Amino acid sequence: MGTTTAQAEASVARPRRERRLPGEEGTWVFILGDLTVFAVMFGVFLYYRGQDPELFRSSQEQMRQGFGVVNTLLLLTSSLFVVVGVHAVRAQRHVLAQRMFLLALGCGLAFAGVKYFEYTDKLDHGFKPATNDFWMYYFTLTGVHLFHVVVGMGMLGFLSVLARREELNDRMTALLEGGACFWHMVDLLWIVLFALLYLAR
Amino acid sequence: MTAVRALVPVRVGVVWLALILATLGSWQLGTDHALTGTDREVATVAVLVVAFVKVRLVGLHFMELRDAPVPLRLVFEGYVAVVCLTLVGLYLGA
Repeated sequence: MGTTTAQAEASVARPRRERRLPGEEGTWVFILGDLTVFAVMFGVFLYYRGQDPELFRSSQEQMRQGFGVVNTLLLLTSSLFVVVGVHAVRAQRHVLAQRMFLLALGCGLAFAGVKYFEYTDKLDHGFKPATNDFWMYYFTLTGVHLFHVVVGMGMLGFLSVLARREELNDRMTALLEGGACFWHMVDLLWIVLFALLYLAR
Repeated sequence: MTAVRALVPVRVGVVWLALILATLGSWQLGTDHALTGTDREVATVAVLVVAFVKVRLVGLHFMELRDAPVPLRLVFEGYVAVVCLTLVGLYLGA
């Protein structure tokens, strides 16, 4: 009797979410390491900005914020597609899952396209990495991030293939979740870069 | 669309919308060139804080760290807090 009451209470109470690790431990060592490296780069950027705020501010006035906004919206939306894709795999909705990962990949391609136009625009206006410290950091930080976008797009391509499998073993599920988290990290890092490079004054 | 709605918690869609609105909101803050002195510093600090609120939302809801084992969740929360405070401090020249 006591147990039944307890069970009844448990089912009425807020269902306790089961805690689980998305991906593998190794994935998280890598992601946290990468996040730390970027955190150091963000700090170095602001440290040198503090040495010559006027130079950085006047250079930052030359940034076209529209490029940064569009790219932020693209990555946020691609992240949403990836979340839907992971849920679709879990629900055995293979075709939908594949479509979501390919849409996310498309957003990544569009991001790289916007970056291409932005770099061209900057170079056309004579802003090169050698121009001053701000432009050196701008090209370095966005370049390292773009490299992550390209790696992430490769991963999304792989996820879109994985999504079509009828059965995923534990290792493949971990790969799927790890790959998804890597893409979210790419999104997350851009959020900070957008604030630091495009919006800070 | 109905199929997608049944798959993913509504919470995830709400988070996405909040991220989009926060992006557009901080764009407004960051483009006000008329700001000078303290106002400019307040605007930039707000932009940085909003960025790290967004980072936390991506981690908790998209990376599913909200449901991750407590140590990993704490490491992530610590990262967000420490990096945000450090960057604000560096910006203000502390």
